[in-house]
Amino acid sequence: MVPLWYYLVLAAALFCIGAFGALARKNAVGVLMGVELMLNAVNINLVAFWRYTTAAQLTGQLFAVFVITVAAAEAAVGLALFIAIYRQRNTVNVEEFDTMKG
Amino acid sequence: MDYIRDFFINFAHSWTTWISGGLPGWAVTVVNFLLGGLILVMMPVIATLALTWMERKVIGRIQNRLGPNRVGPWGIFQAIADAVKMLIKEDIIPDRADRPVFNLAPILIFVGAAMLWAVIPFGRRMIGQDLNIGALYVVAIGSITTVAVLMAGWASNNKFALIGAFRVVAQLLSYEIPMVLSIGVVVLVVGSMRMGTIVESQWVPFCLVLPVAFITYVLAAIAETGRAPFDLLEADSEIVAGYFVEYSGLKFGWFYIAEYGNLMAVSAITTTLFLGGWRGPFAGAAPVLGPLYFIIKTVLVIFVLMWIRGTLPRFRIDQMLAFAWKVLVPAALVNLLWVAAALKLPVPQAVQYAVMLVGNLAILGVTLTLLGQSAKQHAKRHGLAGA
Amino acid sequence: MQHVMFFLFAIITLGAAIMVVTTRNLLRSALWLILVFFGIAGIFVLLNAEFLAVVQILVYVGAIATLIIFAVMLTRQVMDPKQPRFNDQARVVAGFATLLFVVLAVIVTRVAWPVAIGAAPVDAIQQLGMDFVGPYAVPFEVASVLLVVAMIGAIIIAREHE
Repeated sequence: MVPLWYYLVLAAALFCIGAFGALARKNAVGVLMGVELMLNAVNINLVAFWRYTTAAQLTGQLFAVFVITVAAAEAAVGLALFIAIYRQRNTVNVEEFDTMKG
Repeated sequence: MDYIRDFFINFAHSWTTWISGGLPGWAVTVVNFLLGGLILVMMPVIATLALTWMERKVIGRIQNRLGPNRVGPWGIFQAIADAVKMLIKEDIIPDRADRPVFNLAPILIFVGAAMLWAVIPFGRRMIGQDLNIGALYVVAIGSITTVAVLMAGWASNNKFALIGAFRVVAQLLSYEIPMVLSIGVVVLVVGSMRMGTIVESQWVPFCLVLPVAFITYVLAAIAETGRAPFDLLEADSEIVAGYFVEYSGLKFGWFYIAEYGNLMAVSAITTTLFLGGWRGPFAGAAPVLGPLYFIIKTVLVIFVLMWIRGTLPRFRIDQMLAFAWKVLVPAALVNLLWVAAALKLPVPQAVQYAVMLVGNLAILGVTLTLLGQSAKQHAKRHGLAGA
Repeated sequence: MQHVMFFLFAIITLGAAIMVVTTRNLLRSALWLILVFFGIAGIFVLLNAEFLAVVQILVYVGAIATLIIFAVMLTRQVMDPKQPRFNDQARVVAGFATLLFVVLAVIVTRVAWPVAIGAAPVDAIQQLGMDFVGPYAVPFEVASVLLVVAMIGAIIIAREHE
């Protein structure tokens, strides 16, 4: 079998790519995609640790399912917000969401 | 005689023995996997060749026409003539289309149609791969189709195509829920998601035990394949052809093949889940009969779907979504709850099945009564006669 | 064999992920995201989590990616090629992301993880189901409440006000 750290490095790389996307993208939907990548990286870690340490109990998989649930909820609400904002301000550029600026 | 009794399995064994005479072990595996894959990939193509002819004949009869009758006896070579025509047509790509996405969409939609066949049991031990998550796999593969359709609709850079794609997504996502709920009922009763096990445990076809799940699944499956009366994603008379309006030649052919491949696949899945798959008289003693029963049942389901297509007018988009959310989902949910409760009863399985059947009939009755009432109210409000 | 499959899926996942965050056209980047999800599903299969792999495709590709594509299409101007891709912090963020990756990679390769490879359970799906209604019943219910709340919230937010 492949050693555990292969998976961990893969997850770390994916997490960093996602973090870059979430922080550097100008478009709100792009930011959301970055967040999804980060959540997926977490899932890889959870499942990899499950497989390599406590394969008899399914805790890692269970947590991954909860992460997927939360990701789905987050995507639904996030995208609804973007559409609502787009209707009002005609943009989904995160730098222009500044009505609360003091 | 024994060889004939389980012909397909024995034939596969002899084939493996024959090629392992001249090949090393790993090559035998590779060759067998490739062959199996090839057979599965060919299924949508076979389905298209057979079903286009059948559909034209059936619809022709329903519409009081003859259907194809020029190319070959009873027009059976019509499909081949069409295939040749499709191959020699010019391949047009719209000027401002998103070319890579435009070209990828037909491939992806065909992949979705072909991959479904991997978990369909044609007979005892005749299954591409008896995954322990077979039933869920079927649903998951369906989501590839959604993505492919969205890609096609968007990449064509055509308003009709985009409207078609939007309709598809609304429809597929809405009807996926009753579909999953009705598959869930079957999985609950069987206690396994393996397609092979689902067939093995149907000593009585589930359509007789769970009619609500059966009807819900068939309706959702028609919607998932986008056939009339749920064909408003194509709706030739409203948005010309929906998401594949800009495709021509062989690329259009892929959509066509995927459509018929999906039609046959959902009929095969209906057969597997609700009609007892390859089970039938003497199928236990002579497994060679299994695939025969399977094909007969599948063609029967396809015939019913064609019948529905030829008889009913098209829904409006809001009616269609309302039907999914207000009729199918509640009925499927109540059914799931009832079946889960019935399975907990401390009585033999036959009694449990009887309890399920009673509950199902009650749900069916209530649903139909409510539907009839709302139809009457609708007719009264709009001053329509009848209902 | 496992190594080959792992590297195949890893390259697909990471390559597609880089395309997701750098492609100018957001719709294409959503399509790359779908490829990432498929790559991760492959990784899950390698880790003997078949159920999770199918759920990954079902939820991420079937629902989340479709939603994202929808949002991209509804907010059209995102496909305008003249729009800049990144904000002005992009370089700094790229630097920090690389740094974070190096640190994480060093840590995970240095630590001696208490690896104990057992056989994956054969009836994993049944066990998973039992766990969801047994020891994890409360989180499971909370997750379902969360989904309902999210659904209602999304409808209220995205609805057009008269």
